[in-house]
Amino acid sequence: MKIVATLRRLADRIARTSSLRITLLAILSAMVVGAFIIILSDIDKLKNGDILGAVHTVGSAYWALVVGSFGSLRAISATINSATPLILCGVSVAVAFKAGLFNIGATGQMLAGGMAALWVGFSMDGPVIIQVPLAVLAGAVGGAAYGAIPGVLKARTGAHEVITTIMLNNMAGFLVLWLLKTNMFQRTDRTDPISKLVAAPGRLPRLFGFMDNRPDLVAHAGFIVAILAVIVYWWFLNRSTSGFEFRAFGMNADAAQYAGMHTKRLTVMAMMFAGAFAGLAGAAEVLGTYGYASQNFAGNIGFDAIAIALLGRSTPLGTLLAALLFGALQAGGRQMQVDTDVPIDLIVVLRALIVMFIAAPLLIKSIWRIKVSPTSLGQTFKGWGS
Amino acid sequence: MSTIDPVILPLISAEQRKQARSVGLTFVVLGIVAAFVLGNRPGDAGFKLVDSYIFVIPAQPFARILALVLIALGAAQLLKGFGKWTNVVLSISAATFVISFLAWAASGGSFSFTGMLQDTVTRSVPIILGAIAGILCERSGIINIAIEGQLLGSAFAGAVAGSLLGPWIGIVAAMAMGVGLSSILAVFSIRYRVDQVIVGFAINFFALGLTSFLAARVLTDHPDYNILSPLRPIALPLLSNIPVIGVVLFTQTLFVYFAYLAVAVATWSLYHTKWGLRTRAIGEYPKAAGTLGVDVIKLRYRNVLLAGAVAGVGGAWWPIGMVGRFDQNITNGRGFIALAAVIFGRWNPVGALSAALVFGLAEAIQLKMSNLDTGIPSEFLLMAPYLVTLVVVAGFVGRSRGPKAAGQPYDAQ
Repeated sequence: MKIVATLRRLADRIARTSSLRITLLAILSAMVVGAFIIILSDIDKLKNGDILGAVHTVGSAYWALVVGSFGSLRAISATINSATPLILCGVSVAVAFKAGLFNIGATGQMLAGGMAALWVGFSMDGPVIIQVPLAVLAGAVGGAAYGAIPGVLKARTGAHEVITTIMLNNMAGFLVLWLLKTNMFQRTDRTDPISKLVAAPGRLPRLFGFMDNRPDLVAHAGFIVAILAVIVYWWFLNRSTSGFEFRAFGMNADAAQYAGMHTKRLTVMAMMFAGAFAGLAGAAEVLGTYGYASQNFAGNIGFDAIAIALLGRSTPLGTLLAALLFGALQAGGRQMQVDTDVPIDLIVVLRALIVMFIAAPLLIKSIWRIKVSPTSLGQTFKGWGS
Repeated sequence: MSTIDPVILPLISAEQRKQARSVGLTFVVLGIVAAFVLGNRPGDAGFKLVDSYIFVIPAQPFARILALVLIALGAAQLLKGFGKWTNVVLSISAATFVISFLAWAASGGSFSFTGMLQDTVTRSVPIILGAIAGILCERSGIINIAIEGQLLGSAFAGAVAGSLLGPWIGIVAAMAMGVGLSSILAVFSIRYRVDQVIVGFAINFFALGLTSFLAARVLTDHPDYNILSPLRPIALPLLSNIPVIGVVLFTQTLFVYFAYLAVAVATWSLYHTKWGLRTRAIGEYPKAAGTLGVDVIKLRYRNVLLAGAVAGVGGAWWPIGMVGRFDQNITNGRGFIALAAVIFGRWNPVGALSAALVFGLAEAIQLKMSNLDTGIPSEFLLMAPYLVTLVVVAGFVGRSRGPKAAGQPYDAQ
């Protein structure tokens, strides 16, 4: 009897922590819609009336998603590897959100940080214990410098960061392309834009490097950097004076100014922090995953990070969990594409649907007919300024 | 001793003064660039205007004279200012600067100037229509970050329906897709009161994911779903006979004419009709509008859906007006450029049109530049429009003030 009571209390408690329930239901809803998309897009089978076959595809696709993300040590390593830059960029967007700023520029900052880390990585030949941290640090500095630009522009001229960061993203892409063709970066004996290699000791060590004969376990120490970044973010937000000022500024800029905070300095600082975290993501990709830089090593990570920060409500733990979820989807999606004929792009749809459903608790409430207190994600964007 | 200053100071704010200063400095910088960069290549540049006439500009003297004029203008601006003529002087100088740049790039050869301007207009179409969609939403108090997704989704719908059922049905399908994606934005932000930026981004991801997914899963195996012949340019009678301008503005596809029409209608309706007054009211101060009997919710729904239809035509431009097929992520960030054009143009259709033309010009120059040998890495030319936007937004637009209620859900109490 006692066990039943405990279970009931536990169930009660889960029911009351509505945000967890909403998250789970949102993921479930997204999977249901995703299933419909898989079935309806299978037009050849549907034309032949093979509805069962189409439904069967859904099962094997979702099964591959699970197996590919958590089914084996290799899958877990792939999940960790995919999640690493997502965590760092997620924190980047989140820290800006906390200060009331919208950092769309994580892509550009990641590129800047990655190139800085790369340069230290291949041009220095020092002891590993110094060189690797220095290269990672260079990534943070590069990202912070690039992130400072929209911060300074906003503080000095009021130029909206949504525009400036989009423009800086595009510019960073071309700058990287150009740099990769200069003698300083381009790999000798290559004509395409691809950088020199970082020598093996200069790279971030692999997490499972202690296991012999498992080169397929690609996860690297960038994950530890990412976890540390989340802890730093938590500490900064909740334990430091600047973090308090950030939150105050983000909640009500006028009040913060009235209370004597230097709002211009806060703007620049917030964008610099955001840039530093994104720069670390670039360093992790270049020094850990690839060992070199190609034209588009930042991919879509900067944009995924926006969804992650929104999903995690910009809190440290929430951002971490959201990034792990997205990383798992990424790793599982690759497996899904190999095992079934369902393209990996499905996971972009799933991510979008998850964000949409989580953002609209009232919708989840009416779909699943449950009672929850309507916790909203809160306002992330305070209009275009005045 | 009286301390009253006898000179009556002009009533300008510190911000305006700062802005005037940055305009002056821009002139000087442009002048210096003209003198030292554009003035270093001797040779004549041919601007082909019509088939039988090539306008020749001696690149070096042109750049040097321009440099002197620009520096003089800069000095005048810094000392005295042009008052209400500032923007006119600035636009003319910028245009001359671009011509000098082209002369520098083309010195010793010639290129089709008219063709470049025609490209400019053609390529600005999706940006113009995307920006109009953004303005319609934001003027009524709904932030539309989802322009990119609307363009991409409707490009896909336009390609598939256009391939199967003909271009006209394609355009209708594209508009329907635009309205569909817009309705997600409308329902979530108006009914469920979700943060509009979140929904907007989710729509972008949704459209990107879904169209890439369907392109990979359906279109690769069925190439006949993704091939159509784009609409041909239509030469307007009489107007198209005007030299240069006739080719640039009046020998275009229907999409271009639709874009002109959209800008004209949007401008006129926003400022001269009851609908426009109400739309602006619910974007600025919905409570007051609601008190006076405007149905804020209904009008917001209507405007957001209308914006989706306009963006739908913009998306249809890719498959039906230009390339004849759909490719993954074919819009490639044009929706965000349109968003920038909205802010750049200060939420005004004509302003957005000029911003869109600037971006269109940049794209057209990039196309031409690949044929001309300029000695500077192409990446920097490709970067130029973004840098220009950055400088303009930071220097001149500054603290742009959007519709006050944009982003705020409305409570009908």
